[in-house]
Parts: sequence; structure tokens; C-alpha cells
Amino acid sequence: MRCAVAVLFPVVLMLVACQREERDTRPQSALGSGEQPTPVTTLEPGGQRPSPTDNKAASFEANAFHLSEGKRLFGWFNCSGCHANGGGGMGPALMDEKWIYGSSMESIHATIRDGRPNGMPSFRDKIPDDQIWELAAFVRSLSGNAPSSAAPSRNDDMMAHPSENRMPNAATLGKSP
Amino acid sequence: MTKRSSAPRKHSPGAIAAMLLVCAPLLTAASESPPAPAISPPAAAAPPDDGQWTMPAKNYASTRYSELAEINEGNVKNLQVAFTFSTGVNKGQEAAPLVVGSTMYIVSPFPNIVYALDLSKPGAPMKWKYEPNPEPAAQGVACCDVVNRGAAFADGRIFFNTLDGHTIALDANTGQPVWNAHVGNINIGETITMAPLVVKGKVLVGNSGGEMGVRGWVKALDAGDGHVVWTAYNTGPDKEVLIGPDFKPHYDMDKGKDLGVTTWPPEAWKIGGGNMWGWISYDPDLNLIFHGTGNPGPWNPDLRPGDNKWTSGIFARDPDTGAAKWFYQWTPHDLHDYDGINEQILLDMNWQGKPRKVLVRPERNGYLYVLDRTTGEVLSAKPYGPVNSSKGVDLKTGRLIENPDKLTGTGKVVRDICPTASGLKDWQPSAFSPNTGLLYIPHNNLCMDEEGVEVNYIAGTPYVGMNVRMIAGPGGNRGAFTAWDIAAEKPAWSLKENFPVWSGAVVTAGDVVFYGTMEGWFKAVSAKTGDLLWQFKTSSGIIGQPITYRGPDGHQYVAILSGVGGWAGAIVSGDLDPRDATAALGFVNAMKDLKNATTAGGTLYVFRLP
Repeated sequence: MRCAVAVLFPVVLMLVACQREERDTRPQSALGSGEQPTPVTTLEPGGQRPSPTDNKAASFEANAFHLSEGKRLFGWFNCSGCHANGGGGMGPALMDEKWIYGSSMESIHATIRDGRPNGMPSFRDKIPDDQIWELAAFVRSLSGNAPSSAAPSRNDDMMAHPSENRMPNAATLGKSP
Repeated sequence: MTKRSSAPRKHSPGAIAAMLLVCAPLLTAASESPPAPAISPPAAAAPPDDGQWTMPAKNYASTRYSELAEINEGNVKNLQVAFTFSTGVNKGQEAAPLVVGSTMYIVSPFPNIVYALDLSKPGAPMKWKYEPNPEPAAQGVACCDVVNRGAAFADGRIFFNTLDGHTIALDANTGQPVWNAHVGNINIGETITMAPLVVKGKVLVGNSGGEMGVRGWVKALDAGDGHVVWTAYNTGPDKEVLIGPDFKPHYDMDKGKDLGVTTWPPEAWKIGGGNMWGWISYDPDLNLIFHGTGNPGPWNPDLRPGDNKWTSGIFARDPDTGAAKWFYQWTPHDLHDYDGINEQILLDMNWQGKPRKVLVRPERNGYLYVLDRTTGEVLSAKPYGPVNSSKGVDLKTGRLIENPDKLTGTGKVVRDICPTASGLKDWQPSAFSPNTGLLYIPHNNLCMDEEGVEVNYIAGTPYVGMNVRMIAGPGGNRGAFTAWDIAAEKPAWSLKENFPVWSGAVVTAGDVVFYGTMEGWFKAVSAKTGDLLWQFKTSSGIIGQPITYRGPDGHQYVAILSGVGGWAGAIVSGDLDPRDATAALGFVNAMKDLKNATTAGGTLYVFRLP
């Protein structure tokens, strides 16, 4: 009996360990960006309609692999040149609770893809669509909008602020609303 | 309110002696005809004051000195507000107002609205306004707030630049555009923030974009119709830099063929910066213009081994053709974003017994340079604040002596580098008084940590490759206002300020110096002693350029734009998040409390005696 437990326990452990998040390591090829229309306002004459959602948003948002990839791409595509490590500079801060063009994954994806009129460039056909989703997921994590189990836990460079998985939600700053 | 410690106010015997020497001619002036001051701008570049203010630097010598003396040390305490005017834009107000006849002209930050105010009527009502409607997208490629440093007046026209790369000439009477030249391309990250200078019927303009991998240039546009007369690049082959047979640099390090190509890795000069977003001076006698060149790009020096000519230096050029006469590199192979674009004050003085035509430059790398402006020879280079990024300037070779402990590079964090990327002094222009022989320098006192990182060049996006984190410099005060004795090569006095002094200065024959603080105080101090004589709290932090003029009523007025912003104030004007130490290229870390001290604004204040 004791022997059976000794054998079974590691087997169970191994099975549990197999419950890993899915990693799509060969994402969609380079060109062609999603065409999801996304309103940038909640003001809609005739009453608010449900915002269209993209099923990619959910699959990228809480995925540690995609978030860490987003963090890497945030530097590689020079996002950090304007937005620093989330505090902003030439571009607005991304780690605060203010969202000029909407806080949803879909809105941020559209912002990166299409640009915005006051200085945000359009990266359409410059960044593969899946990588735009990864960037959008990482941008949300900067303001504490990603599960701490998935958000990046360390910085490869000089510390600018606590790691993303320790960032309080900017909207509540850790306080209950 | 005034942060002033006793330490920098101490008057060493030497300083007092130097001050007495400088003041001696003044004491005898009452009885005899005034002797020529020991140090003075060349007459051709600084004509007698007519009470107007037609270019931001006051005159071609860039003295920012007014001969008006109605407001003096004794009565300045009575100054009161004459009128105010809102620019309608709550971004950093770096512009100098202009006064021509009975009209004042101001340029706002983006969207670069030009206002003409009628000074002959009570309250200075608006005469006209002109809205150039620049591309809103330009805001996304402006490195450090969407500022504009002012307009220039010449021959009945107002000339100014827009953030999206246009130079525009307006009829000064009507505000109607005369011409509009598109010289910058925002899609490669090019913007224009500098104030043009009009010399011999040409409008001199340079581009910004040193943080975007933009190749720097200076253009001369015809004042009549705006066509480009010449373009001088600050990197690349000699032909495009306008280096020809007349080019005679003083030092060997600047001699050779096509150094603008060979001192770079292959092709890197094409995206190497060296922009000209600062100040130009002009000597009519020598027929030379003098302009600096900005930092090389990217900031990470590992990606551009070599001296990176002709960045972080100064050119003397023929204004008719743009042909370079000499060049001197303040900071070869810049490691710390030390743009070389600060103001240069043209003066004539005795240097070690011999009369010299000099050019004085409080440089970003921390040294107060005195150059012979006919040759580019360095006569003196003394630090005017804390410097540890270098160990002085070798006057034999002209070369800055690097401090091996402060070399930056990829993957390496180097701590406590002074001064910061923003320099001991950034763009904020100083003022010179021939009365005192002192140069009044508004500046910073900051240090930083830097870490070089890999960076990809993507046209129209930042090309920096450096993580930066700034902190207050020695003493804890982040700014200072220093009066520098040019002849004695040392400070006469220095005032501490809590925040960087990001405003310009103006000094008058009444021996009063004006400058502003980022809390919003507009201050008048004694030109001789630095004693605070008067201050007024404006609605927002001040980063503008004060001017003084004679109004249509014959009385002296002082004007300043209030409205915080610029690189130092971006945390407020851009609403940045102080929790990120690297925000605004690291400046936010040193300015975390600015949001508690001031809010964004944009208001002109004009003062007069009762």
C-alpha cells in the first residue's frame, strides 16, 4: 500500500504539472491585421450597444507567455521610446488609470494597429497581428490589469518600477472601489 | 519660498576683488565720459537699444541685455501687473514674446497660434491671430513636450516655425501669411521647435529629432518667398555639410576629409542626429553665423563607435552660402545626450592682455567655454557646476577628457553621472550685462543613472537605446541661477532653486536680472549681488524667456509667458506617471513632486511700475 502511494503520488503530480497554459509559439504569419471595428467612446446615440469582442483578446490576456512576449516587443518596436516603462514621455502614461481611447484589449489592439490622431502612429502591416495582441495584453498589465500569476515578474533592465505582477490595479490602487 | 543657502552666496576675497574691478569703471563714470566696458558685445551685433524686442536673443550677439533703466534695483519691488493674456494652450511655454513698435507678438506651443496684441490700447487687445493648424500627429514625434521657442521679426514680417515642420512668414500688420515653406517631415520624426533667426534677408531654421534618428540640418530660406537658399547637414559627406576650401578648424581632431562619414559605422550618419534646435548668433563684422549641433543618435554610444562628426559641436558658417569656416566639437562621441545647441554670446574682451573676439557658451556638458570666434580656439573651459562625466578640457588638443568611470554602454548600469542628459544647462538661454561683466546662467543641478540597451531603428519612432533615471545633484537643489564672471573664470554668486531653472534670463541697465521658476515665481534679483528684490507668483510654472521693452507710453515693461512643460515639466504638461523612474527619458524621476507644486497653464504676464 505504502508502495502504491509512493508510486501514485509522483504520477498524480506529473499529471497536474501537465496542466500548463497553452503556448502558441508559431503565431499567425506577418501581414494582415485583424479588422475588428472598435468604438473609442461609450457614448452611442440610441443607447449603448454591446461592444464587439474578439476571441483573441481572452486567449492572450491572461497568458504568461504572451504577456512576456509583449514585454519584449514593447522594447523592440520602440513603444518604450515614447511610453517609457509605462510612465510615458512623448506619449501618454500607460500605467495610470486614464485611458484616452478605451481600456479594453480590443481598443488597445486597435490603437496600435490603426494609430490615433494626436501622435500615436499606425503599426498596421508593420507588426504581425498576434504580436499586436501580445503588446495589447502587456500594456494592460502595466496598470495592474493582468492576473499576477501571468504578468511578468522581472525586468531584464534597470529597475524603473515594481514588476508588472506586483503592480496594483491603477483604477483602484489596491483599494476596494 | 526662496531656496537660497548661505553657501553659494559667500563672497570670497577673490570674488569681491573681481567684482570691484568690474564695478570700478562704473564708479568713475559719473564724473567723466564713460569708458568702454571691459567686456562688451561687438557694436554691429548689438546696436543701441531702441526699446523693442525683435528677436528672442534681443540682438545678434545674443546678450539678452536691455539698456532700459526705468526699472532698477531700488524700485523693482513696486512692479505690478499691467495686463495678462491667455495663449489658450496648456503646454510648455518656452517662447519669448516680441515687441515691435506698439505691437506684441507671441507664439503658443502646438498648435503654434500667433497672437498680435495692440500695446497702445488699455489691456492690450488682440489685433489679430493666426492659426497654422499643424498636423496633430506631429505631437507624437516631439521628444520633449510640444514647445516653440519663439518667432523673429524682420522687414515687416513675423517668421516662425510649426511643430509639423513648416516655416511661415506673416505680414506683421495684418497677420496674413506671405509664404509657407514645408521643410520638415514628421514621418521620419522631424519636428521644428526652435526660433528662427533672420540674417541678411535669410531665415535660418534647423530641425529637431535627435531622439528619433533624424539627420540634423540648418537651412537658409529666402525671407522674400521662402525658397531654400542653402541646406547644411550636420552629418555626412563634406559636400552636404558645406565643408569646402574655406573650412579651417583649429584642432587636428576636426581636420580630414568626409569626417561626417568616416567617424561613424557604415551608413549610421544617415540616422545620426546632430540636430539644430537651439540658438544661432551672428557677427556682421566677420560675416559669420554660429550654431551648435545636437547629440548623436542613438544615445547608446556602443552603436556608433567613432567621434560622430559633426554632432555635439559648433559651426561657424558664412550666412550667404552656408559654407563652414570652422568647427569645434564640445563632446566627441557623446555618451550622455550632451546636445551642443545652447546659446552663444558674442563679446569683445581682453584675454590675457590681448583683445580677442570671443564667443561664450555655457555648454550642456557642464563647461563654460570661451572660444576665439574667428578661429574656434578654446581659451577657457571651466565647469560652472558639478561635473563628473569628464575631467576637463585639454586646451592643447581641444578635446574633452572623458572620465573612464562614467562610460556608458549596452547592458551596463552606470550610476551618478553628473550632469544629466539634460545637461548642466539645457536650451534655457543666459543673459550678459556689460555693466557687471557677468553672465547670468539659469541651469540644472541633476545627476543620473544610465543603462545602454539595444534599440531598433524604425523611422518615425524613438531611437534612443538608453534607460535613464535622474536625481537631484549635490546639495539636493535641482536648479541654480549662477552669475559667472567671464574674465575671472569663476562664479560671482549663485542662487539655489528647488526645481531646475528651465526659464531664460534677461538683464537690464537698471542692474536687475529677471528669471522664472518651475513653481511659478517670476523673480527679480540684483545683477551685482543676486539679492532677491521682488517676486510674483504666476498661475503655472515658468519655463519661458523674459523680455523687457519700452511701451508706447514711454515706460519700461517686463513680459514673461507662464506655463510649465518642456522636458523638465513634461510630467505636468503630459500628465506622466511618477511611479516610472524612466518616464520622459528619465527626467520624471527627478521631478516626482512637480505635480504637487504647479499645474499646466499658458498665460502672458506683463509688469510695469505704478
